[in-house]
Amino acid sequence: MSHTTDDRARLGLRESATFDRQTIAAIHRAAETGIYDIRGWGAKRALPHFDDLLFLGASMSRYPLEGYRERCDTDVVLGDRHAKHPLHLDIPVTIAGMSFGALSGPAKEALGRGASEVGTSTTTGDGGMTPEERGQSKYLVYQYLPSRYGMNPDDLRKADAIEVVLGQGAKPGGGGMLLGQKISPRVAGMRTLPEGIDQRSACRHPDWTGPDDLTIKINELREITDWEKPIYVKVGATRTYYDVKLAVHAGADVVVVDGMQGGTAATQEVFIEHVGIPTLAAVPEAVRALQELDVHRDVQLIVSGGIRTGADVAKAIALGADAVAIGTAALIALGDNHPRHESEYRKLSSAAGFFDDFQDGTDPAGISTQDPELAARFDPLEGGRRLANYLRVLTMEAQTIARACGKGHVLHLEPEDLVAVTIEAAAMARVPLAGTDWIPGRT
Amino acid sequence: MEQVRAFDLRAIPLRDVNSALHAPDLSGEFVISHPDGAHSVAVGMDAAVKVTVDGHVGYYAAGMNQQAEIVINGNAGTGVAENMMSGSVWVKGDASQSAGASAHGGVLVVEGNAAARCGISMKGIDIVIGGNVGHMSAFMAQAGRLVIRGDAGEALGDSIYEARIYVRGEVASLGADCIAKEMTREHHQELEHLLKAAGFEGDDTSTYTRYGSARSLYHFHVDNAGSY
Repeated sequence: MSHTTDDRARLGLRESATFDRQTIAAIHRAAETGIYDIRGWGAKRALPHFDDLLFLGASMSRYPLEGYRERCDTDVVLGDRHAKHPLHLDIPVTIAGMSFGALSGPAKEALGRGASEVGTSTTTGDGGMTPEERGQSKYLVYQYLPSRYGMNPDDLRKADAIEVVLGQGAKPGGGGMLLGQKISPRVAGMRTLPEGIDQRSACRHPDWTGPDDLTIKINELREITDWEKPIYVKVGATRTYYDVKLAVHAGADVVVVDGMQGGTAATQEVFIEHVGIPTLAAVPEAVRALQELDVHRDVQLIVSGGIRTGADVAKAIALGADAVAIGTAALIALGDNHPRHESEYRKLSSAAGFFDDFQDGTDPAGISTQDPELAARFDPLEGGRRLANYLRVLTMEAQTIARACGKGHVLHLEPEDLVAVTIEAAAMARVPLAGTDWIPGRT
Repeated sequence: MEQVRAFDLRAIPLRDVNSALHAPDLSGEFVISHPDGAHSVAVGMDAAVKVTVDGHVGYYAAGMNQQAEIVINGNAGTGVAENMMSGSVWVKGDASQSAGASAHGGVLVVEGNAAARCGISMKGIDIVIGGNVGHMSAFMAQAGRLVIRGDAGEALGDSIYEARIYVRGEVASLGADCIAKEMTREHHQELEHLLKAAGFEGDDTSTYTRYGSARSLYHFHVDNAGSY
């Protein structure tokens, strides 16, 4: 019989803060298997985040906008620095790169449907572009990854933008992996790999290293696509200030910064939880780099990693982002971790709200799987509707906050509208601790 | 007979040259002179035409080629014919690193030597190198054939998947999971065909060794931890 918290307190049982039950379970698991734990999702540890910031709504010194009468626009233009055809999105929330392979075909289709319904973009992932995804996506960003799985110039030309991926927040400095359970015949064919193997993706591009080479590579991509497509550069958040500066120098039209809360389909737990910096810490670093180069708002900044609510969207923008990208939240909107699958999650030794074994391909929701029976459970039309609804809510929430701060466009939000409720967040976000004019390290 | 169209890169911007080579319904033959080490020469071709580049080129020459027959009368910089899908690229001189990187199809011939990472991540291309290749060649090579008439540098075929490598000379060392394999009649015929297509038909195929994947690292397993 298990003890309740009260029982433990009465018996004087004390759990170690250092060796808590999760740590003990991890040590037992390592001792039994001899190999590190691989899982999906992003960092699960508590981190300073957008929740630690608050908006200063208008009152005497600022003039708010009428919530249901006065316009608060949300459109954003991405990639107008060099490209002939920049993206004109209706909302500043985009869908992050997630691969067909990691996700089922119907799930990718739903991401395209949902994004298109509200006038925003979705993104391919490792393994290339599927016709279903292209067909259902009004704006599709094509990821150009180190593995080059499925990479071909025809798809490059079909894309609306190209994202050169250097890393992602869940595993900056790491390559990808897709375990054999998910290397179906179609996935294997797209990636030119044997079926059923545990696939590795390289962590470095095969034909360039360093920022000088990247300049030449970006120029090649522009030449191949006749300077039509915006070129994004995506980095996992680490040395963000330097990475963003180098990306701009290399010619990026858009820089994507993915914090450590950003998701993954399969990565070592130790990597997810111990490499990279929080999204909150990365945004001001990226903005500082852009401002010093005098390209803030000319080279757009997309921020991802733990965006959940319209408040997160508004806070990222207020700190200087032009748009955000969502991955994990989009999957949840599709139905991932929904309580209706509780009994099946339990069969997998997990539970609704905890399921992160995306690498296994056993997802009861039919999202992170290549099993035809599981994938068939997922309705891309319903998934697309759910995602579109969620994106609308994020947008309306961000507008609500922007109006309260007196802004006629969400992009008019600024750091001056924010305060922090913790010293850590104040230092990272470079906004004052609430009720003070103190910015740690600055004032 | 169709006219040969000439582009002088000292007189015409590269953008204009590549744009002209991307014209719909392109046909005929083209000569690009004075490349002077320019990057991205004749990239993104998608037409069954012949392009001759007279001189040395920089990075990514003939990158992502489809259908075109491209001859480089000189040396090529990093990533020549990277991600080629079809057609052919023929380098009369030497090639720098990452020649034929991640290419899915077509034929790349380098008459001289190729530097490090030749055929890295190759996905179906056939590459024939007249001389030697540098270290880490055919790293994570997935499909296609790499023929090396000279020597190979260290860590040849590291983490190779299903590509085939034929080497006539010495191999400094093999990478993880890459092993020498038997040359069957099929392999001799395949090699003979590849050499002939590249203009090296006099080679005795029995002097070559075939290398490929031991397939022991195809699944993550604790016993393999020391191999990665």
